Amino acid sequence: MNNRVIHWFKFASPQNFYFLAGRMWPWFAALAAVLTVVGLWISFFVAPTDAQQGEGYRIIFVHVPASQMSMFIYLVMAAWAGFGLAFNTRLSGMMASALAPTGALFAFLSLVTGSLWGKPMWGAWWVWDARLTSELILLFLYLGFLALQSSIDDPRRADKACAVLALVGVVNVPIIYFSVKWWNTLHQGASVSLTKSPTMATAMLWGMLIMVVAFWMYAIAIALVRVRNIILERERHTEWVKHALE
Amino acid sequence: MHWNSVSEFFAMGGYAFYVWGSFGLTALVAVLEVLLLRNQRKTILRELRSELLSEGSSS
Repeated sequence: MNNRVIHWFKFASPQNFYFLAGRMWPWFAALAAVLTVVGLWISFFVAPTDAQQGEGYRIIFVHVPASQMSMFIYLVMAAWAGFGLAFNTRLSGMMASALAPTGALFAFLSLVTGSLWGKPMWGAWWVWDARLTSELILLFLYLGFLALQSSIDDPRRADKACAVLALVGVVNVPIIYFSVKWWNTLHQGASVSLTKSPTMATAMLWGMLIMVVAFWMYAIAIALVRVRNIILERERHTEWVKHALE
Repeated sequence: MHWNSVSEFFAMGGYAFYVWGSFGLTALVAVLEVLLLRNQRKTILRELRSELLSEGSSS
């Protein structure tokens, strides 16, 4: 009888997750590719020209997905890190480490595409505005996480130290999100929120949402591939890795 | 479709540098990340295989 129950916890072991991730990532990668093509098509050929910003607004189709990814990845990373601290599971730390580089890249992209948008619209590459500054701090948190990770030789101790850093830094994420409300900033407010109807044309909104989902799929696929590398690296002396290689 | 010609499309209403810069950089970062990960995996597998071979010959 009990054999029919799916044992979800068995995937918490790095060995089982290694094979599960290997089966899952191609699906996420394929979804990311398809959604990117559709999203780019809408971004350039369906979405109309903006009344105020002309064609320059099209940066929104990479800027918003990259920015929200940088914040979401941080939250997921901190959640894995916290889970690892609480339950002492090995896989949690590996998942957090697998997410950090991708999160850092998205934070970087958010800042650079924002700067490329700010120059023509505000006349400045950079201003020390609440939104921009808190996003810069997010990039530094990611870089701090990665630096701390590589400075501690024992991976289990590195996981613990990084988990504490990730959890302390989580306070920055709501600051980024609400910065445009709390302070009088140059950055525009949210175009899409849960409580109000969106303030943009339907085609623009769809293009943006599809790009957001495409970036999600990309990030999941990348994190799964990277966690496989991390698992192989850390479990290199175990029997199952030796068998898997044969 | 609101573009009248290919050159108009690439000009992006005068925002070509900013728009193509944003999309181009994002694409570049994604491609680099994929290539780096693939390379990392190859390196790890090569190292593990050679470790395994040297263990097999010594025992």
